[in-house]
Amino acid sequence: MRIEDHPVLGKFEKGQKVRFSFDGKSLEGFEGEPIAIALRSNGVLIHRYTARRNEPRGVFCAIGRCTDCIMVVNGQPNIRTCVEPLKADMVVETQQGRGPAKESEVSHA
Amino acid sequence: MLRYEMICVGAGPAGLAAAIEAAKNGVQVVVFDENDRPGGQLFKQIHKFFGSREHRAKERGFNIGQAFLDQARETGVEVTLNAVVLGIYENGAMNVMIGDQVKQVRAQKIVVATGAAENMVPFPGWTLPGVIGAGAAQTMANIHGIRPGNKILMVGSGNVGIIVGYQMLQAGSRVAAIIDAAPKIGGYAVHAAKVARAGVPFLMSHTIKQAHGKECVTGATVIQVDSSWQPVAGTEKEFEVDTICIAVGLNPTTQLLGMAGCKMTHVPTLGGRIPVHDLDQETTVKGIYVAGDVSGIEEASTAIIEGRIAGLAIAHRLGYMDDGTFRKEREKQSQSMKGLRSGSHGERRAKAKEYLNAIMPAAI
Amino acid sequence: MTPDSSLTGFLTEEELKEGPGIPSAARRGKGPVAVIECLEDIPCNPCESSCKAGAIVVGEDITQLPHLDGDKCIACNTCVHNCPGQAIFMVDESLPGGRATVMMPYEYRPLPAEGDGVIALDRAGQVLGDATVIKIRQTRRMDRTATITIEVPKKWSMRARAIRLKT
Repeated sequence: MRIEDHPVLGKFEKGQKVRFSFDGKSLEGFEGEPIAIALRSNGVLIHRYTARRNEPRGVFCAIGRCTDCIMVVNGQPNIRTCVEPLKADMVVETQQGRGPAKESEVSHA
Repeated sequence: MLRYEMICVGAGPAGLAAAIEAAKNGVQVVVFDENDRPGGQLFKQIHKFFGSREHRAKERGFNIGQAFLDQARETGVEVTLNAVVLGIYENGAMNVMIGDQVKQVRAQKIVVATGAAENMVPFPGWTLPGVIGAGAAQTMANIHGIRPGNKILMVGSGNVGIIVGYQMLQAGSRVAAIIDAAPKIGGYAVHAAKVARAGVPFLMSHTIKQAHGKECVTGATVIQVDSSWQPVAGTEKEFEVDTICIAVGLNPTTQLLGMAGCKMTHVPTLGGRIPVHDLDQETTVKGIYVAGDVSGIEEASTAIIEGRIAGLAIAHRLGYMDDGTFRKEREKQSQSMKGLRSGSHGERRAKAKEYLNAIMPAAI
Repeated sequence: MTPDSSLTGFLTEEELKEGPGIPSAARRGKGPVAVIECLEDIPCNPCESSCKAGAIVVGEDITQLPHLDGDKCIACNTCVHNCPGQAIFMVDESLPGGRATVMMPYEYRPLPAEGDGVIALDRAGQVLGDATVIKIRQTRRMDRTATITIEVPKKWSMRARAIRLKT
């Protein structure tokens, strides 16, 4: 899916090649590019499943506005992957519904 | 509280043009932008622009963007990125979140150049991964160097739809068709001709009926509409595509202006609800100016001129420019604008802007 | 009746015939000349400002259509890569043996090589048939718009407006 030689833009400048994990699998991407771009280059389109109807969602606006592409990143839910830069060894997970609750939000009643 | 002579919200073409014009005349300017890079959508514009030499015609958008950034640096414009303006209050007070800190700032004059957001058209399957905005397609291909899909259906035949369709071809994707519920192609004929000769069919008076796929897009059904926009049964056509790209217009991002108390009005030709403004781009709230798509959907080249006019007006009001010079400079920009707002595509926008300016006469 | 360009996206030969940017058949037979396929009043004039020979006139009002004076055109090709709408071609019908060349702007990758066989397409993207690439130009000044010149049978000189690479 990556554009190797663009007629107008030539080659795209990217950061270092790094590995990250997606749902337990080890994938490759470029440091600094949005997580969503690294995922798409690996053929990943589904970023999350909605809370009520369990429907798949992916990138929609790609500029951090619509929040359709949110995922769990390093354990933190609701990260907009279309704008969040990829770092080496990041742990990216498909978000189910609202994602894992924080310890402070868990009811111990 | 930090105080500035002028704060500009948005570092796209309109905001940067306003900031540069004011700074050139001695105004102390800071520009806030919520993104991590400046330039707004200019850096996604990889085609050569129309206009004449004074509008930087035949230059590509991203090169114009780079020139703006250089000019901003040279004129001492301060650009703060990752800065989200949360609200504009009385007397030019503003809350801005920079990183994760909220700061209070105040400006004598404010330019709101927040641009626009994409319109959407809902249809069964529209939430599937693979249905994206045209802007998203542009961002993926032209900024991040990735094809949004291998085979694309473009919904919308305005300039955005056609240009992004062409850019998808340049990115190496196939474009199955460009469809539009309108009876005629909305964008420039030369843009349409460019994709048509690459073999992309246009289907006018057609809308999307449904996106297919369980986990992501695998196809689409389109259907013809009659003159009252009703689907005509039996005219369905199937497309095997992995991406459906939506380019059905833009709407001005006016929330900050609404909360600041600027009077709004509805002008369909300019994209919907927009702030009433005068010839100097000043809104009904004194000291708050608008420029670019937020003041009515047009183009980058017109946004730049509106920005310049706002910048000049602010330099004048703050005492950096005398009446005579201001009138002369404003006239120069108005003339330049006249060229861009003429012809069958521009005339309607010129009339709509005249209507706005008639509601609110300029200060001088 | 063929549907017009506002429905299909491409100009028909019928629409183009009266265009002020189309040189006469007599002029085309004398050697390379610009063919300006611009029939809409959009605000734009780089063709005029880039024409050193003064062969293209738009005028003060930049939404007027470009008018070509075929006799003044020196076939310098500058307008072909400068037109933001990629609407200008260079056509030469002076070749012997019923052949012609068509130069067109090209912004795709990969570029073909000179000598390559390609498929000539018409304005609708429909296949006309085989053509040969005889010249490719791409310089810094052209700002990433290459031009490709193909040789075709003369009967396609006013129809061939795009190419498809083989394989």
